[in-house]
Amino acid sequence: MNAIEDAGAAPAVRISGLHKSYGAYEVLKGVSLSASDGEVVSILGSSGSGKSTMLRCVNMLEIPTAGEVAIGGEVIRMKQGRGGMQKPADRAQIDRLRSNIGMVFQSFNLWSHKTILENVIEAPIHVQKRPRAECVEEAKELLAKVGIADKARHYPAHLSGGQQQRAAIARALAQRPRVMLFDEPTSALDPELVGEVLKVMRTLAEEGRTMLVVTHEMDFARDVSSKVIFLHQGVVEEEGAPEAVFGASRSERFRQFLKR
Amino acid sequence: MDFAFLLETFVRLAPGVPLTLRLALTSVVFGMVLALLFAVMRLSRVWPLVLMARAYVFIFRSTPLLVQIFLIYYGLSQFPELRYSALWPILREPYWCAILALTLNTAAYGSEIIRGGVQSVPHGQIEAARACGMGGLLLFRRIVLPLAVRQALPGYGNEIILMVKATALASVITLMEITGLAAKLISETYRAIEVFIVAGAIYLAINYVITRIIQMLEYRLTPYLRPAATPTAARTGEPT
Repeated sequence: MNAIEDAGAAPAVRISGLHKSYGAYEVLKGVSLSASDGEVVSILGSSGSGKSTMLRCVNMLEIPTAGEVAIGGEVIRMKQGRGGMQKPADRAQIDRLRSNIGMVFQSFNLWSHKTILENVIEAPIHVQKRPRAECVEEAKELLAKVGIADKARHYPAHLSGGQQQRAAIARALAQRPRVMLFDEPTSALDPELVGEVLKVMRTLAEEGRTMLVVTHEMDFARDVSSKVIFLHQGVVEEEGAPEAVFGASRSERFRQFLKR
Repeated sequence: MDFAFLLETFVRLAPGVPLTLRLALTSVVFGMVLALLFAVMRLSRVWPLVLMARAYVFIFRSTPLLVQIFLIYYGLSQFPELRYSALWPILREPYWCAILALTLNTAAYGSEIIRGGVQSVPHGQIEAARACGMGGLLLFRRIVLPLAVRQALPGYGNEIILMVKATALASVITLMEITGLAAKLISETYRAIEVFIVAGAIYLAINYVITRIIQMLEYRLTPYLRPAATPTAARTGEPT
């Protein structure tokens, strides 16, 4: 293994100098971010600011044009592809790191042909190769934890949006991930369903889970995060502890953003 | 209506049923394997494979099955290399020529049905699988294929029924399946209408059963498409 930093001191996630372009359009213009174990980082910004793209670069669902991502100190190896674009050098490394990162999507993305329980045990059994009985047991506990134990044998289509998102959180937790990524987890929900999902996320934060959360929920960002990042047009415009940035931000743009 | 004659016709045609079913089943099974292969080639981003798959589908979909059967039955013997090869004992048999033609034909249609199914798999569900560390064959086997199969099933059911009917063409290369026996009987009795009515009724019965089997399969595979009236009663046992 090359480029493994001291595992004890290495942050759970470290992004440095990240660039991402779609053709001539540059979404990310060199952003850096680091999250230690147990930290909750909220990533804010108006639409088009690049916050989702940045999150998706962490597990390489988007391949950064330039820059470096390290998970638990292990740098994701890249190589030069055609046309000067870099691409992953080692698919197996990415799959291995991904199995240690839980991701929750805006549109839930539960597997529609599997029951909720089957969704939750899929990765532990088939990716992590853990014993089925243990996975089923743990999945039931997780479903109870997110408050949908009674839905284990239902299909995603039979659940409300809030229930589906909580199932998706349970599915991500079942990977026993070192980091959880949340990509606007409440943006697709009806207003009255947002609360139940945020409540679960608060619980996870209180347990000391490492979370990167792209969100529009200002209360959540203010109350729960250990760090807030504000992206504007592909650069980090403001960064700091929530009480500092929400209280008196030096950034005029961030103050404008909060007023809306 | 001469019911006695209809009954006698049925008794004369019934022995053709096993051959019809064997032709259909064998070519559908082999064809499905080939179809999957061609669909994967077509969806790969390797252009020689894409081109091969596209050319194959184009040729076999755009020429009549009857012509394909004739070309294989009469055409293969034109090649001395084949005539003296180890495959010849098989390829000179009209039965295997028919299987070959039917298989190659259904593989072309089937690959397009499977391709449509694969492409209909929601991107988000594939992304969720990637995000938890699935890739390559595991992702295809666990997520893409099961969803694609469910999507492709109605279309593929159609293709299976078409194949049962297509086996009738095997009669032109001497195979005595239902239609072959019917033609023989007509040349003996000159009673084309009655014989073809019975032959048609036999195909109808076979396809009725197949239609029901496919419907049942569809029903069992897609519980999530039905309202959750009694979702717990519908499923028992451990999940797969």
